[in-house]
Amino acid sequence: MTTTYGPLAIWAVVLVVGAATFAIRYSFVYLFGRIDGVPPRVEAALRFVPAAVLAALVAPAMIDPGPTLAATVLDDRFVAGTLAAAVAWYTDDMFATIVVGLVALWAAGAAL
Amino acid sequence: MLPDDLFAGVRATLPLLLGLIPFGLVAGIAAVDAGLSPTQAVGLSAIVFAGAAQLAAIDLLGRDASLAVVVLTAVVINLRMMMYSASIAPYFESFRRRWAVVSSYLLTDMSYALAISKFRNDSGTDRRWYYLGAAAAMWGVWQIATAVGALLGTNVPSEWGIGFAVPLVFLSLLVSDVSDRPRLVAAVVGGGVAVVGGAWPLNLGLIGGALAGVTAGAAVDNWGRDA
Repeated sequence: MTTTYGPLAIWAVVLVVGAATFAIRYSFVYLFGRIDGVPPRVEAALRFVPAAVLAALVAPAMIDPGPTLAATVLDDRFVAGTLAAAVAWYTDDMFATIVVGLVALWAAGAAL
Repeated sequence: MLPDDLFAGVRATLPLLLGLIPFGLVAGIAAVDAGLSPTQAVGLSAIVFAGAAQLAAIDLLGRDASLAVVVLTAVVINLRMMMYSASIAPYFESFRRRWAVVSSYLLTDMSYALAISKFRNDSGTDRRWYYLGAAAAMWGVWQIATAVGALLGTNVPSEWGIGFAVPLVFLSLLVSDVSDRPRLVAAVVGGGVAVVGGAWPLNLGLIGGALAGVTAGAAVDNWGRDA
């Protein structure tokens, strides 16, 4: 899928995300000595941000709920995603995960 | 003469390049695949310099999500760096303002992880040079990998399904992050809500999934401590 946004919108996103990201990175370096650090409640919530957001990005790309369980599971993206998850778990190797996932997607697309 | 600790920092990044290079290639390929120009792809890497957030922004731009959702999602993904900022701030305290600004800009999952273990365990290292060596090396590799990916990406036919590499990168990051039960709950709830809400307008499935996941993870964590 290709974006229909023009260069102006894309550069605006780049600059705004870049500025916000820098502000996050610099936040406590700048504030050091002025405040005590991240409040415990905020820190507790921040710990779960990567797992929650990454899963919310991954799951819809690999799980397409079909009319039956079989239709959902026998989907090429689901099969490829499951295999790739197993590789990620056992090897902790991003490159291997990408390669196995893509090859599995092609193979499953041909087979299913 | 450049200080030895600068090179020690550069050397420390070598084992990480195996993960960084394919990640950067995917960031470049996916950007071009989503309709960004190679210049925009490299601009994103140079200015934002945060892989997961870049890929999320690229993915959402490619799907023509609203710009507010694109920005919000990328920023939320980067909120974790606030913890790194707080954790590393005492070690940056002695840096001059200019160094502290540059060091902060270069703060990533990898540079944080490398630096904090070195800073805690080895007080004989010149922290400024070590950190700069490690972080700048990763920055350079990231830019080159993105640029190569963006140039390759213009030649990859979209039927190859190379866009699927984006969720695969997220999957790989997710699996290494899920190290305990509360994080697993955060992932299952976040992913579940996002799938159910796949057709909701304004990508509310993504935002709702993220919020529900964080809430569920924090709740299980609290509950586990009280029990």
